[in-house]
Amino acid sequence: MRRFALIAVPYLWLLALFLVPFLIVFKISLSDTALAIPPYTPTIKDGISALIAELDFENFTFLASDDLYWKAYLSSLRIALISTILTLIVGYPIAYGMARAPEEWRATLMMLVILPFWTSFLIRVYAWMGILSNEGLLNQLLMWTGVVAEPLQILNTNTAVYIGIVYTYLPFMILPIYAALDRLDESLNEAAEDLGCSRMQAFWLVTIPLSRNGIVAGSFLVFIPALGEFVIPSLLGGSGTLMIGKVLWEEFFNNRDWPVASAVAVILLLILIIPIILFQRNQQKQAEAEQ
Amino acid sequence: MKRMTWFNVTSLTLGFAFLYLPMIILVIYSFNASKLVTVWAGFSTRWYGELLQNEAFLNAAWVTIKVAVISSSIATVLGTMAAYVLVRGGRFMGRTLFSGMIYAPLVMPEVITGLSLLLLFIGIGLDRGVLTIVLAHTTFSMCYVSVVVSSRLVSFDRSLEEAALDLGSSPWEAFRLVTLPIIAPAVISGWLLAFTLSLDDLVIASFTAGPSATTLPIKIFSAVRLGVSPEINALSTIMIAIVTVGVITASLVSKRSSLRAQEEARAAERPSA
Repeated sequence: MRRFALIAVPYLWLLALFLVPFLIVFKISLSDTALAIPPYTPTIKDGISALIAELDFENFTFLASDDLYWKAYLSSLRIALISTILTLIVGYPIAYGMARAPEEWRATLMMLVILPFWTSFLIRVYAWMGILSNEGLLNQLLMWTGVVAEPLQILNTNTAVYIGIVYTYLPFMILPIYAALDRLDESLNEAAEDLGCSRMQAFWLVTIPLSRNGIVAGSFLVFIPALGEFVIPSLLGGSGTLMIGKVLWEEFFNNRDWPVASAVAVILLLILIIPIILFQRNQQKQAEAEQ
Repeated sequence: MKRMTWFNVTSLTLGFAFLYLPMIILVIYSFNASKLVTVWAGFSTRWYGELLQNEAFLNAAWVTIKVAVISSSIATVLGTMAAYVLVRGGRFMGRTLFSGMIYAPLVMPEVITGLSLLLLFIGIGLDRGVLTIVLAHTTFSMCYVSVVVSSRLVSFDRSLEEAALDLGSSPWEAFRLVTLPIIAPAVISGWLLAFTLSLDDLVIASFTAGPSATTLPIKIFSAVRLGVSPEINALSTIMIAIVTVGVITASLVSKRSSLRAQEEARAAERPSA
Protein backbone atom coordinates (compact mmCIF):
# COMPACT_ATOMS: atom_id res chain seq x y z
CA MET A 1 0.00 0.00 0.00
CA ARG A 2 2.79 2.37 0.96
CA ARG A 3 4.72 1.41 -2.16
CA PHE A 4 1.63 2.18 -4.21
CA ALA A 5 1.36 5.68 -2.70
CA LEU A 6 5.08 6.26 -3.23
CA ILE A 7 4.71 5.53 -6.92
CA ALA A 8 1.29 7.10 -7.39
CA VAL A 9 1.93 10.57 -5.98
CA PRO A 10 4.78 11.71 -8.28
CA TYR A 11 3.28 9.70 -11.14
CA LEU A 12 -0.12 11.37 -10.96
CA TRP A 13 1.49 14.79 -10.48
CA LEU A 14 3.47 14.39 -13.71
CA LEU A 15 0.50 12.94 -15.57
CA ALA A 16 -1.70 15.85 -14.59
CA LEU A 17 0.84 18.65 -14.98
CA PHE A 18 3.10 17.40 -17.72
CA LEU A 19 1.40 14.85 -19.96
CA VAL A 20 -2.16 16.20 -19.94
CA PRO A 21 -1.09 19.81 -20.72
CA PHE A 22 1.05 18.48 -23.51
CA LEU A 23 -1.89 16.55 -24.98
CA ILE A 24 -3.97 19.73 -24.77
CA VAL A 25 -1.36 21.57 -26.84
CA PHE A 26 -1.43 18.76 -29.35
CA LYS A 27 -5.21 18.82 -29.52
CA ILE A 28 -5.46 22.60 -29.85
CA SER A 29 -2.87 22.60 -32.60
CA LEU A 30 -5.39 20.52 -34.56
CA SER A 31 -8.41 22.68 -33.75
CA ASP A 32 -10.05 25.70 -35.30
CA THR A 33 -9.59 29.00 -33.53
CA ALA A 34 -13.24 29.02 -32.50
CA LEU A 35 -12.92 25.65 -30.75
CA ALA A 36 -9.74 26.54 -28.90
CA ILE A 37 -11.59 28.22 -26.10
CA PRO A 38 -12.21 26.31 -22.90
CA PRO A 39 -13.52 23.75 -22.24
CA TYR A 40 -11.81 22.67 -25.49
CA THR A 41 -14.74 20.62 -26.80
CA PRO A 42 -15.14 18.07 -28.11
CA THR A 43 -13.10 15.93 -25.74
CA ILE A 44 -12.84 12.17 -25.36
CA LYS A 45 -15.96 12.38 -23.22
CA ASP A 46 -17.93 13.25 -26.35
CA GLY A 47 -16.70 10.12 -28.07
CA ILE A 48 -13.58 9.41 -30.05
CA SER A 49 -15.32 9.88 -33.40
CA ALA A 50 -16.58 13.37 -32.50
CA LEU A 51 -13.10 14.21 -31.31
CA ILE A 52 -11.44 13.05 -34.50
CA ALA A 53 -14.06 14.58 -36.76
CA GLU A 54 -13.29 18.05 -35.45
CA LEU A 55 -9.55 17.76 -35.93
CA ASP A 56 -7.88 19.16 -39.00
CA PHE A 57 -4.43 20.12 -40.15
CA GLU A 58 -5.44 23.64 -41.05
CA ASN A 59 -2.98 25.25 -38.63
CA PHE A 60 -0.14 23.16 -39.98
CA THR A 61 -0.97 23.97 -43.60
CA PHE A 62 -1.13 27.59 -42.51
CA LEU A 63 2.36 27.31 -41.02
CA ALA A 64 3.62 25.66 -44.19
CA SER A 65 2.12 28.33 -46.45
CA ASP A 66 3.38 31.34 -44.53
CA ASP A 67 7.11 31.59 -45.05
CA LEU A 68 7.59 33.55 -41.79
CA TYR A 69 7.43 30.22 -39.94
CA TRP A 70 9.74 28.39 -42.32
CA LYS A 71 12.26 31.16 -42.04
CA ALA A 72 11.93 31.22 -38.26
CA TYR A 73 12.59 27.47 -37.96
CA LEU A 74 15.52 27.58 -40.37
CA SER A 75 16.99 30.66 -38.77
CA SER A 76 16.65 29.12 -35.26
CA LEU A 77 18.46 26.04 -36.50
CA ARG A 78 21.18 28.17 -38.06
CA ILE A 79 21.62 30.40 -35.02
CA ALA A 80 21.67 27.40 -32.67
CA LEU A 81 24.20 25.58 -34.87
CA ILE A 82 26.55 28.55 -35.30
CA SER A 83 26.46 29.41 -31.61
CA THR A 84 27.13 25.77 -30.68
CA ILE A 85 30.25 25.80 -32.87
CA LEU A 86 31.36 29.14 -31.41
CA THR A 87 30.78 27.86 -27.88
CA LEU A 88 32.89 24.81 -28.66
CA ILE A 89 35.72 26.99 -30.02
CA VAL A 90 35.62 29.21 -26.93
CA GLY A 91 34.98 26.43 -24.42
CA TYR A 92 37.47 23.78 -25.52
CA PRO A 93 40.66 25.77 -24.71
CA ILE A 94 39.21 26.68 -21.30
CA ALA A 95 38.37 23.05 -20.51
CA TYR A 96 41.81 22.02 -21.78
CA GLY A 97 43.54 24.62 -19.64
CA MET A 98 41.55 23.46 -16.60
CA ALA A 99 42.46 19.82 -17.16
CA ARG A 100 46.15 20.76 -17.44
CA ALA A 101 46.09 23.08 -14.43
CA PRO A 102 47.84 22.01 -11.20
CA GLU A 103 45.76 19.61 -9.12
CA GLU A 104 45.21 22.06 -6.26
CA TRP A 105 43.65 24.71 -8.50
CA ARG A 106 41.14 22.52 -10.19
CA ALA A 107 38.40 22.59 -7.54
CA THR A 108 38.52 26.39 -7.54
CA LEU A 109 38.48 26.62 -11.34
CA MET A 110 35.56 24.22 -11.40
CA MET A 111 33.66 26.37 -8.92
CA LEU A 112 34.42 29.47 -11.01
CA VAL A 113 32.86 27.78 -14.04
CA ILE A 114 29.77 26.69 -12.11
CA LEU A 115 29.21 29.97 -10.25
CA PRO A 116 27.74 31.89 -13.24
CA PHE A 117 25.29 29.02 -13.72
CA TRP A 118 23.74 29.81 -10.34
CA THR A 119 23.47 33.49 -11.21
CA SER A 120 20.24 34.59 -12.82
CA PHE A 121 20.15 33.86 -16.53
CA LEU A 122 18.24 37.08 -17.15
CA ILE A 123 20.91 39.16 -15.40
CA ARG A 124 23.70 37.52 -17.36
CA VAL A 125 21.95 38.38 -20.63
CA TYR A 126 21.13 41.87 -19.38
CA ALA A 127 24.80 42.51 -18.51
CA TRP A 128 25.61 42.40 -22.23
CA MET A 129 23.01 45.03 -23.13
CA GLY A 130 25.09 47.74 -21.48
CA ILE A 131 28.30 46.49 -23.06
CA LEU A 132 27.11 46.05 -26.63
CA SER A 133 24.91 49.11 -27.10
CA ASN A 134 25.98 51.92 -29.43
CA GLU A 135 27.21 54.04 -26.51
CA GLY A 136 28.28 50.92 -24.62
CA LEU A 137 31.67 50.04 -23.23
CA LEU A 138 32.76 47.92 -26.18
CA ASN A 139 32.11 50.71 -28.65
CA GLN A 140 33.76 53.24 -26.34
CA LEU A 141 36.82 51.00 -26.19
CA LEU A 142 36.89 50.43 -29.95
CA MET A 143 36.60 54.14 -30.70
CA TRP A 144 39.13 55.12 -28.07
CA THR A 145 41.70 52.72 -29.52
CA GLY A 146 40.87 54.02 -32.97
CA VAL A 147 39.77 50.65 -34.39
CA VAL A 148 36.53 52.17 -35.63
CA ALA A 149 35.52 55.77 -36.18
CA GLU A 150 31.77 55.25 -35.88
CA PRO A 151 30.10 53.11 -33.20
CA LEU A 152 29.32 49.63 -34.47
CA GLN A 153 25.74 48.44 -34.32
CA ILE A 154 26.10 45.20 -32.33
CA LEU A 155 23.13 45.20 -29.96
CA ASN A 156 19.91 44.18 -31.71
CA THR A 157 21.74 42.11 -34.32
CA ASN A 158 22.39 38.38 -34.69
CA THR A 159 25.99 38.94 -33.55
CA ALA A 160 24.70 40.00 -30.14
CA VAL A 161 22.54 36.84 -30.04
CA TYR A 162 25.61 34.68 -30.74
CA ILE A 163 27.57 36.44 -28.00
CA GLY A 164 24.66 35.99 -25.59
CA ILE A 165 24.26 32.27 -26.30
CA VAL A 166 28.00 31.57 -26.11
CA TYR A 167 28.21 33.48 -22.84
CA THR A 168 25.24 31.92 -21.07
CA TYR A 169 25.74 28.33 -22.23
CA LEU A 170 29.55 28.22 -21.93
CA PRO A 171 29.53 26.23 -18.64
CA PHE A 172 27.43 23.49 -20.30
CA MET A 173 30.17 23.09 -22.92
CA ILE A 174 33.15 23.34 -20.57
CA LEU A 175 32.03 20.84 -17.93
CA PRO A 176 31.55 17.69 -20.09
CA ILE A 177 34.73 18.41 -22.09
CA TYR A 178 36.67 18.97 -18.88
CA ALA A 179 35.31 15.70 -17.49
CA ALA A 180 36.52 13.85 -20.62
CA LEU A 181 39.94 15.55 -20.65
CA ASP A 182 40.43 15.01 -16.94
CA ARG A 183 40.18 11.23 -17.41
CA LEU A 184 42.59 11.29 -20.30
CA ASP A 185 45.88 9.53 -19.66
CA GLU A 186 48.66 11.95 -20.50
CA SER A 187 51.15 9.19 -21.21
CA LEU A 188 49.20 8.55 -24.43
CA ASN A 189 50.25 11.98 -25.68
CA GLU A 190 53.81 11.35 -24.60
CA ALA A 191 53.76 8.04 -26.45
CA ALA A 192 52.51 9.79 -29.59
CA GLU A 193 55.26 12.36 -29.31
CA ASP A 194 57.90 9.66 -28.71
CA LEU A 195 56.68 7.95 -31.85
CA GLY A 196 57.38 11.08 -33.85
CA CYS A 197 54.21 13.15 -33.70
CA SER A 198 54.54 16.86 -33.27
CA ARG A 199 52.67 18.42 -30.35
CA MET A 200 49.96 19.62 -32.70
CA GLN A 201 49.61 16.23 -34.38
CA ALA A 202 49.40 14.51 -31.00
CA PHE A 203 46.65 16.93 -30.02
CA TRP A 204 44.60 16.30 -33.17
CA LEU A 205 45.23 12.56 -33.33
CA VAL A 206 45.04 11.65 -29.64
CA THR A 207 43.47 14.31 -27.44
CA ILE A 208 40.59 15.39 -29.68
CA PRO A 209 39.37 11.85 -30.51
CA LEU A 210 39.60 10.80 -26.87
CA SER A 211 37.57 13.80 -25.73
CA ARG A 212 34.96 13.22 -28.42
CA ASN A 213 32.22 12.15 -26.00
CA GLY A 214 32.64 15.33 -24.02
CA ILE A 215 32.52 17.43 -27.18
CA VAL A 216 29.36 15.70 -28.37
CA ALA A 217 27.63 15.95 -24.97
CA GLY A 218 28.57 19.62 -24.57
CA SER A 219 27.42 20.48 -28.07
CA PHE A 220 23.99 18.95 -27.53
CA LEU A 221 23.67 20.62 -24.13
CA VAL A 222 24.14 23.96 -25.90
CA PHE A 223 22.26 23.22 -29.13
CA ILE A 224 19.04 21.84 -27.62
CA PRO A 225 18.18 24.76 -25.32
CA ALA A 226 19.53 27.35 -27.80
CA LEU A 227 17.01 26.18 -30.40
CA GLY A 228 13.98 27.15 -28.31
CA GLU A 229 15.64 30.16 -26.70
CA PHE A 230 13.42 33.17 -26.01
CA VAL A 231 15.16 35.58 -23.62
CA ILE A 232 18.39 36.07 -25.60
CA PRO A 233 16.84 36.87 -29.00
CA SER A 234 14.26 39.17 -27.45
CA LEU A 235 16.76 41.18 -25.39
CA LEU A 236 19.89 41.11 -27.55
CA GLY A 237 18.45 40.39 -30.99
CA GLY A 238 16.80 42.89 -33.24
CA SER A 239 13.63 42.93 -35.28
CA GLY A 240 15.50 40.95 -37.94
CA THR A 241 16.38 38.14 -35.53
CA LEU A 242 13.94 35.35 -36.20
CA MET A 243 13.84 32.60 -33.61
CA ILE A 244 11.01 30.18 -33.11
CA GLY A 245 10.77 30.69 -29.33
CA LYS A 246 10.15 34.38 -29.93
CA VAL A 247 7.62 33.66 -32.71
CA LEU A 248 5.69 31.31 -30.42
CA TRP A 249 5.68 33.91 -27.63
CA GLU A 250 4.43 36.65 -29.96
CA GLU A 251 1.84 34.39 -31.56
CA PHE A 252 0.47 33.69 -28.13
CA PHE A 253 0.79 36.98 -26.26
CA ASN A 254 0.47 39.51 -29.09
CA ASN A 255 -1.73 37.78 -31.67
CA ARG A 256 -3.59 35.60 -29.14
CA ASP A 257 -3.72 32.85 -31.73
CA TRP A 258 -3.63 29.74 -29.56
CA PRO A 259 -4.05 27.11 -32.28
CA VAL A 260 -1.17 28.52 -34.33
CA ALA A 261 1.02 28.91 -31.22
CA SER A 262 0.28 25.27 -30.36
CA ALA A 263 1.10 24.13 -33.89
CA VAL A 264 4.40 26.06 -33.72
CA ALA A 265 5.15 24.27 -30.43
CA VAL A 266 4.36 20.82 -31.85
CA ILE A 267 6.69 21.32 -34.83
CA LEU A 268 9.46 22.69 -32.60
CA LEU A 269 9.22 19.50 -30.54
CA LEU A 270 9.34 17.31 -33.63
CA ILE A 271 12.53 19.11 -34.67
CA LEU A 272 14.01 18.68 -31.19
CA ILE A 273 13.34 14.95 -31.03
CA ILE A 274 16.26 14.12 -33.36
CA PRO A 275 19.02 15.89 -31.39
CA ILE A 276 17.52 14.62 -28.12
CA ILE A 277 17.64 11.00 -29.29
CA LEU A 278 21.21 11.45 -30.56
CA PHE A 279 22.19 12.99 -27.22
CA GLN A 280 20.62 10.11 -25.27
CA ARG A 281 22.47 7.62 -27.43
CA ASN A 282 25.78 9.40 -26.84
CA GLN A 283 25.18 9.40 -23.08
CA GLN A 284 24.31 5.71 -23.10
CA LYS A 285 27.40 4.81 -25.10
CA GLN A 286 29.51 6.78 -22.67
CA ALA A 287 27.91 5.09 -19.67
CA GLU A 288 28.55 1.67 -21.23
CA ALA A 289 32.16 2.60 -22.02
CA GLU A 290 32.71 3.53 -18.38
CA GLN A 291 31.49 0.23 -17.02
CA MET B 1 54.96 17.02 -13.20
CA LYS B 2 52.44 19.04 -15.09
CA ARG B 3 53.51 22.47 -16.06
CA MET B 4 51.31 25.22 -17.39
CA THR B 5 52.20 26.25 -20.89
CA TRP B 6 51.68 29.87 -21.92
CA PHE B 7 48.81 28.69 -24.10
CA ASN B 8 46.92 27.20 -21.16
CA VAL B 9 47.51 30.23 -19.00
CA THR B 10 46.27 32.55 -21.75
CA SER B 11 43.19 30.51 -22.53
CA LEU B 12 42.24 30.28 -18.85
CA THR B 13 42.81 34.00 -18.30
CA LEU B 14 40.84 35.04 -21.37
CA GLY B 15 38.12 32.48 -20.68
CA PHE B 16 37.52 33.57 -17.12
CA ALA B 17 37.75 37.23 -18.10
CA PHE B 18 34.98 36.57 -20.63
CA LEU B 19 32.87 34.80 -17.99
CA TYR B 20 33.33 37.40 -15.27
CA LEU B 21 33.99 40.81 -16.84
CA PRO B 22 30.37 41.47 -17.91
CA MET B 23 29.15 40.86 -14.38
CA ILE B 24 31.96 42.89 -12.82
CA ILE B 25 31.14 45.81 -15.14
CA LEU B 26 27.47 45.51 -14.18
CA VAL B 27 28.37 45.65 -10.49
CA ILE B 28 30.66 48.66 -10.97
CA TYR B 29 28.06 50.60 -12.92
CA SER B 30 25.42 49.98 -10.28
CA PHE B 31 27.38 52.47 -8.14
CA ASN B 32 27.34 55.07 -10.90
CA ALA B 33 25.85 58.42 -9.90
CA SER B 34 24.67 59.22 -13.41
CA LYS B 35 21.31 58.22 -14.78
CA LEU B 36 23.06 57.62 -18.11
CA VAL B 37 24.28 54.12 -17.61
CA THR B 38 27.24 54.34 -19.96
CA VAL B 39 28.83 57.52 -18.58
CA TRP B 40 30.70 57.31 -15.30
CA ALA B 41 29.83 60.22 -13.03
CA GLY B 42 31.26 59.27 -9.68
CA PHE B 43 30.45 56.82 -6.92
CA SER B 44 26.97 56.75 -5.44
CA THR B 45 24.59 54.36 -3.75
CA ARG B 46 21.64 56.38 -4.97
CA TRP B 47 20.13 53.55 -7.06
CA TYR B 48 20.11 51.18 -4.11
CA GLY B 49 18.13 53.77 -2.16
CA GLU B 50 15.66 54.20 -4.99
CA LEU B 51 15.34 50.44 -5.35
CA LEU B 52 14.35 50.09 -1.72
CA GLN B 53 11.64 52.72 -2.24
CA ASN B 54 10.24 50.93 -5.28
CA GLU B 55 7.29 49.04 -3.94
CA ALA B 56 6.52 47.19 -7.18
CA PHE B 57 9.97 45.57 -7.11
CA LEU B 58 9.75 44.74 -3.40
CA ASN B 59 6.34 43.11 -3.87
CA ALA B 60 7.59 41.13 -6.84
CA ALA B 61 10.65 40.03 -4.84
CA TRP B 62 8.41 38.82 -2.04
CA VAL B 63 6.18 36.85 -4.44
CA THR B 64 9.28 35.33 -6.07
CA ILE B 65 10.78 34.18 -2.79
CA LYS B 66 7.45 32.77 -1.62
CA VAL B 67 7.00 30.84 -4.86
CA ALA B 68 10.60 29.60 -4.79
CA VAL B 69 10.46 28.35 -1.18
CA ILE B 70 7.12 26.57 -1.58
CA SER B 71 7.76 25.08 -5.00
CA SER B 72 11.30 23.91 -4.26
CA SER B 73 10.15 22.26 -1.02
CA ILE B 74 7.31 20.35 -2.71
CA ALA B 75 9.60 19.57 -5.64
CA THR B 76 12.23 18.13 -3.29
CA VAL B 77 9.71 15.77 -1.67
CA LEU B 78 8.18 14.69 -4.99
CA GLY B 79 11.56 14.50 -6.74
CA THR B 80 13.08 12.37 -3.99
CA MET B 81 10.06 10.06 -4.11
CA ALA B 82 10.38 9.81 -7.88
CA ALA B 83 14.12 9.08 -7.66
CA TYR B 84 13.50 6.39 -5.04
CA VAL B 85 10.82 4.81 -7.22
CA LEU B 86 13.08 4.88 -10.29
CA VAL B 87 16.15 3.46 -8.58
CA ARG B 88 14.60 1.14 -5.96
CA GLY B 89 11.03 0.69 -7.10
CA GLY B 90 11.63 -2.35 -9.27
CA ARG B 91 9.17 -3.01 -12.04
CA PHE B 92 5.71 -1.54 -12.15
CA MET B 93 3.17 -0.73 -14.79
CA GLY B 94 4.09 2.30 -16.85
CA ARG B 95 7.66 2.59 -15.57
CA THR B 96 8.94 3.66 -19.00
CA LEU B 97 6.34 6.40 -19.23
CA PHE B 98 7.27 7.52 -15.72
CA SER B 99 10.98 7.82 -16.43
CA GLY B 100 10.15 9.51 -19.73
CA MET B 101 8.07 12.10 -17.89
CA ILE B 102 10.99 12.69 -15.49
CA TYR B 103 13.52 13.31 -18.25
CA ALA B 104 11.36 15.07 -20.85
CA PRO B 105 10.85 18.34 -18.93
CA LEU B 106 14.64 18.73 -18.70
CA VAL B 107 14.95 19.15 -22.46
CA MET B 108 11.55 20.69 -23.14
CA PRO B 109 11.84 24.30 -24.35
CA GLU B 110 10.48 26.62 -21.67
CA VAL B 111 8.06 28.28 -24.09
CA ILE B 112 6.35 24.92 -24.68
CA THR B 113 6.17 24.02 -20.98
CA GLY B 114 4.72 27.43 -20.23
CA LEU B 115 2.21 27.34 -23.05
CA SER B 116 0.98 23.85 -22.20
CA LEU B 117 0.53 24.60 -18.50
CA LEU B 118 -1.31 27.82 -19.27
CA LEU B 119 -3.71 25.99 -21.58
CA LEU B 120 -4.32 23.45 -18.81
CA PHE B 121 -4.99 26.10 -16.16
CA ILE B 122 -7.38 27.93 -18.45
CA GLY B 123 -9.04 24.65 -19.39
CA ILE B 124 -9.83 23.70 -15.81
CA GLY B 125 -10.74 27.29 -14.90
CA LEU B 126 -7.97 27.85 -12.38
CA ASP B 127 -7.29 31.56 -11.80
CA ARG B 128 -3.72 32.45 -12.56
CA GLY B 129 -1.70 33.64 -9.58
CA VAL B 130 0.78 32.40 -7.01
CA LEU B 131 -0.78 28.93 -6.96
CA THR B 132 -0.40 28.36 -10.69
CA ILE B 133 3.24 29.52 -10.69
CA VAL B 134 3.96 27.19 -7.76
CA LEU B 135 2.36 24.26 -9.60
CA ALA B 136 4.35 25.02 -12.76
CA HIS B 137 7.68 25.47 -10.98
CA THR B 138 7.18 22.37 -8.86
CA THR B 139 6.56 20.29 -11.96
CA PHE B 140 9.75 21.12 -13.81
CA SER B 141 12.03 21.41 -10.80
CA MET B 142 10.96 18.04 -9.33
CA CYS B 143 12.52 16.48 -12.42
CA TYR B 144 15.86 18.17 -11.72
CA VAL B 145 15.70 17.10 -8.07
CA SER B 146 14.95 13.54 -9.07
CA VAL B 147 17.95 13.42 -11.44
CA VAL B 148 20.30 14.77 -8.74
CA VAL B 149 18.95 12.43 -6.04
CA SER B 150 18.86 9.33 -8.23
CA SER B 151 22.52 9.75 -9.19
CA ARG B 152 23.30 9.58 -5.47
CA LEU B 153 20.96 6.62 -4.88
CA VAL B 154 22.61 4.65 -7.70
CA SER B 155 26.06 4.96 -6.15
CA PHE B 156 24.96 3.95 -2.67
CA ASP B 157 25.57 0.65 -0.99
CA ARG B 158 22.25 -1.10 -0.84
CA SER B 159 23.35 -3.62 1.75
CA LEU B 160 23.12 -0.87 4.39
CA GLU B 161 19.37 -0.66 3.81
CA GLU B 162 19.09 -4.44 3.77
CA ALA B 163 20.98 -4.67 7.06
CA ALA B 164 18.53 -2.24 8.67
CA LEU B 165 15.59 -4.27 7.35
CA ASP B 166 17.16 -7.53 8.62
CA LEU B 167 17.63 -5.95 12.03
CA GLY B 168 13.90 -5.39 12.24
CA SER B 169 13.24 -1.86 11.06
CA SER B 170 10.25 -1.15 8.87
CA PRO B 171 10.92 0.08 5.31
CA TRP B 172 9.97 3.60 6.38
CA GLU B 173 12.39 3.47 9.35
CA ALA B 174 15.14 2.11 7.13
CA PHE B 175 14.55 5.01 4.75
CA ARG B 176 14.43 7.63 7.48
CA LEU B 177 17.36 6.35 9.56
CA VAL B 178 19.70 4.93 6.91
CA THR B 179 18.89 6.08 3.38
CA LEU B 180 17.90 9.67 4.05
CA PRO B 181 21.02 10.66 6.05
CA ILE B 182 23.22 9.21 3.30
CA ILE B 183 21.42 10.91 0.40
CA ALA B 184 20.91 14.14 2.40
CA PRO B 185 23.64 16.12 0.56
CA ALA B 186 22.00 15.28 -2.78
CA VAL B 187 18.56 16.17 -1.41
CA ILE B 188 19.88 19.52 -0.18
CA SER B 189 21.59 20.32 -3.47
CA GLY B 190 18.40 19.27 -5.24
CA TRP B 191 16.46 21.76 -3.12
CA LEU B 192 18.99 24.50 -3.85
CA LEU B 193 18.84 23.76 -7.56
CA ALA B 194 15.02 23.83 -7.52
CA PHE B 195 15.08 27.06 -5.53
CA THR B 196 17.47 28.76 -7.97
CA LEU B 197 15.56 27.52 -11.01
CA SER B 198 12.37 28.96 -9.56
CA LEU B 199 14.00 32.31 -8.68
CA ASP B 200 15.43 32.51 -12.14
CA ASP B 201 12.52 31.51 -14.30
CA LEU B 202 11.04 34.12 -16.59
CA VAL B 203 9.36 32.25 -19.42
CA ILE B 204 7.23 29.71 -17.56
CA ALA B 205 6.28 32.30 -14.93
CA SER B 206 5.19 34.74 -17.66
CA PHE B 207 2.78 32.18 -19.04
CA THR B 208 1.40 31.01 -15.70
CA ALA B 209 1.34 34.26 -13.71
CA GLY B 210 -1.78 36.35 -13.64
CA PRO B 211 -2.20 40.05 -13.04
CA SER B 212 -2.47 39.37 -9.30
CA ALA B 213 1.03 37.93 -9.02
CA THR B 214 4.14 39.21 -10.74
CA THR B 215 7.53 37.70 -10.07
CA LEU B 216 10.83 39.54 -10.03
CA PRO B 217 12.12 38.16 -13.37
CA ILE B 218 8.89 39.27 -15.08
CA LYS B 219 9.33 42.72 -13.57
CA ILE B 220 13.02 42.88 -14.54
CA PHE B 221 12.27 41.68 -18.07
CA SER B 222 9.64 44.31 -18.71
CA ALA B 223 11.93 47.05 -17.35
CA VAL B 224 14.96 45.81 -19.27
CA ARG B 225 13.12 45.58 -22.57
CA LEU B 226 13.13 49.36 -22.68
CA GLY B 227 16.89 49.49 -22.17
CA VAL B 228 19.53 49.47 -19.46
CA SER B 229 18.54 51.12 -16.19
CA PRO B 230 20.70 51.87 -13.15
CA GLU B 231 18.06 50.53 -10.77
CA ILE B 232 18.17 47.14 -12.47
CA ASN B 233 21.98 47.25 -12.18
CA ALA B 234 21.62 47.72 -8.44
CA LEU B 235 19.08 44.92 -8.18
CA SER B 236 21.32 42.61 -10.24
CA THR B 237 24.28 43.40 -8.00
CA ILE B 238 22.29 42.41 -4.91
CA MET B 239 21.25 39.14 -6.57
CA ILE B 240 24.80 38.38 -7.73
CA ALA B 241 26.11 39.07 -4.21
CA ILE B 242 23.58 36.70 -2.62
CA VAL B 243 24.39 33.90 -5.06
CA THR B 244 28.16 34.35 -4.70
CA VAL B 245 28.02 34.24 -0.91
CA GLY B 246 25.66 31.23 -1.07
CA VAL B 247 27.76 29.21 -3.49
CA ILE B 248 31.05 29.93 -1.72
CA THR B 249 29.56 29.04 1.69
CA ALA B 250 28.07 25.83 0.29
CA SER B 251 31.35 24.80 -1.28
CA LEU B 252 33.31 25.53 1.91
CA VAL B 253 30.81 23.53 3.97
CA SER B 254 30.94 20.57 1.59
CA LYS B 255 34.75 20.76 1.49
CA ARG B 256 34.89 20.65 5.28
CA SER B 257 32.49 17.75 5.52
CA SER B 258 34.41 15.79 2.88
CA LEU B 259 37.66 16.45 4.78
CA ARG B 260 35.98 15.19 7.94
CA ALA B 261 34.73 12.11 6.12
CA GLN B 262 38.27 11.45 4.90
CA GLU B 263 39.63 11.77 8.43
CA GLU B 264 36.98 9.43 9.76
CA ALA B 265 37.79 6.93 7.02
CA ARG B 266 41.47 7.17 7.91
CA ALA B 267 40.69 6.74 11.60
CA ALA B 268 38.57 3.69 10.82
CA GLU B 269 41.37 2.12 8.78
CA ARG B 270 43.84 2.42 11.63
CA PRO B 271 44.11 -0.92 13.43
CA SER B 272 42.53 -0.65 16.86
CA ALA B 273 45.03 -1.28 19.57
